[in-house]
Amino acid sequence: MDDTLLRTLTPAVIGILVRRGADFAAAEDAVQDALVEAVRVWPADPPRDPKGWLVTVAWRKFLDAARATTARRHRELLVDREPTSDPRPGEAVDDTLQLYFLCAHPSLSPASAVALTLRAIGGLTTRQIAQAYLVPEATMAQRISRAKRTISGVRFNQPGDVATVVRVLYLVFNEGFTIGDSGDVDLACEAIRLTRQLAARTTHEEVAGLLALMLLHHARRPARTRPDGSLVPLADQDRGLWDTRLIAEGVAVLQAALARDRLGEFQAQAAIAALHADARTAEETDWAQIVEWYDELVRLTDSPVARLNRAVAVGEAYGPRAGLAALAELDPALPRHTAVAAYLHERDGDPVTAARLYAEAARSAPNLPERDHLTRQAARLNAQRRR
Amino acid sequence: MAKYLLLKHYRGGPAPINDVPMDHWTPQEVAAHMQYMRDFAARLEDTGEFVDSQALSADGTFVRYDGPGRPPVTDGPFAETKDLIAGWMVIDVETYERALELAAELSAAPGAGGRPLHEWLEVRPFLAPPPTITE
Repeated sequence: MDDTLLRTLTPAVIGILVRRGADFAAAEDAVQDALVEAVRVWPADPPRDPKGWLVTVAWRKFLDAARATTARRHRELLVDREPTSDPRPGEAVDDTLQLYFLCAHPSLSPASAVALTLRAIGGLTTRQIAQAYLVPEATMAQRISRAKRTISGVRFNQPGDVATVVRVLYLVFNEGFTIGDSGDVDLACEAIRLTRQLAARTTHEEVAGLLALMLLHHARRPARTRPDGSLVPLADQDRGLWDTRLIAEGVAVLQAALARDRLGEFQAQAAIAALHADARTAEETDWAQIVEWYDELVRLTDSPVARLNRAVAVGEAYGPRAGLAALAELDPALPRHTAVAAYLHERDGDPVTAARLYAEAARSAPNLPERDHLTRQAARLNAQRRR
Repeated sequence: MAKYLLLKHYRGGPAPINDVPMDHWTPQEVAAHMQYMRDFAARLEDTGEFVDSQALSADGTFVRYDGPGRPPVTDGPFAETKDLIAGWMVIDVETYERALELAAELSAAPGAGGRPLHEWLEVRPFLAPPPTITE
């Protein structure tokens, strides 16, 4: 049975239950129960209409739960809501889009919004989400139920902000543990699936920008790590391993978005990724143009991380001295500031300073692959010096 | 979210303010302390910030490899001056400030006289997963 197909139906079925009068939290629980039953029943007895089956079963689960808890109150509520249960004719309401807004509601913390989005829109189970973020299932269950309580007063058909949704999807793509092939949840793939689904429902340029960004980075995934898990820097990656189909798709999505002339930070980031993807060798990279895109990114976000990355690009485009000058304007306490300084000093022909800075950067590295990479850089320079 | 280890030392860290060894507390004070720790963990489970909590036996042995075909070399337990880990809690929180806030709350567990221990806890960040988008 195709698990992804089943999960794709999740948000639409939740939407139908909510339109029939269920509150979001109860509808979401009922659909999760229905998904579990589908996984059990469908392999032996596949339904002709999977969505209809899910709606029927989820609705029954919802009624059972409602009766089991506060039976009378719920039935009264249902009767009350019956007349408004279906959208008026001519009123096109996209329930799935509304769910994206609800799950990324500004009142939620980023981690809660991520968890709720993965469950209610992604159709993942609490256990799968807990595994992806390395916390106990009970902890993740609490996070999700608190998130539902937080948004219990939000009207379902309230217009939302695409920008908050985009930020949540970016977090899912960028900041999860990569369970990869060994586990059953791949957050990067899931983020791409959810962003594609969103891009099909809105013409917002930044949704397209984010989708392009994800596709262009995902295309490089096979080249990004060695079999032992160690990081391969962009310049050393085997570009033959890059997925050209994903790159072509990412570039096309980006071009269509840029043509509408409403630039945003994700389009700018995607443009930088596209310029890297465009270079057949590291030497062919158009660094001058990348610097220009970082200028745009700094203008759009005023982010210190963008400024730091800009200093690296300046170093590549105009020489390490220019890069170090750009770096000198930034706060040395910035994460990865020392690593960038080490790199630029090595390029500037000062391996002694570079080795010292690489070792220092390794001590404050925020993750294991990066720490190992920086330690190896320091070791390489120190070994060269001894020779 | 980021994970932090809250590390509790039997010794090795600075002395707590309310520095009376546990075996000199009244049984009620010991019970109140244990209850505080359980309540604290339960509250963190409820807020979705709890990952793990373990207590360690005070019996520790140092072990090292001693060459092929030879049994491992063991040493210790060592004298009172050595650092000794009593246990830990792992939390998953939104900010570093929140980690400090929770560690301070844990440090306020009642000790002798029912007064807060004010014990020193070590807060250590976990190395995070590497981000996908770096440039």
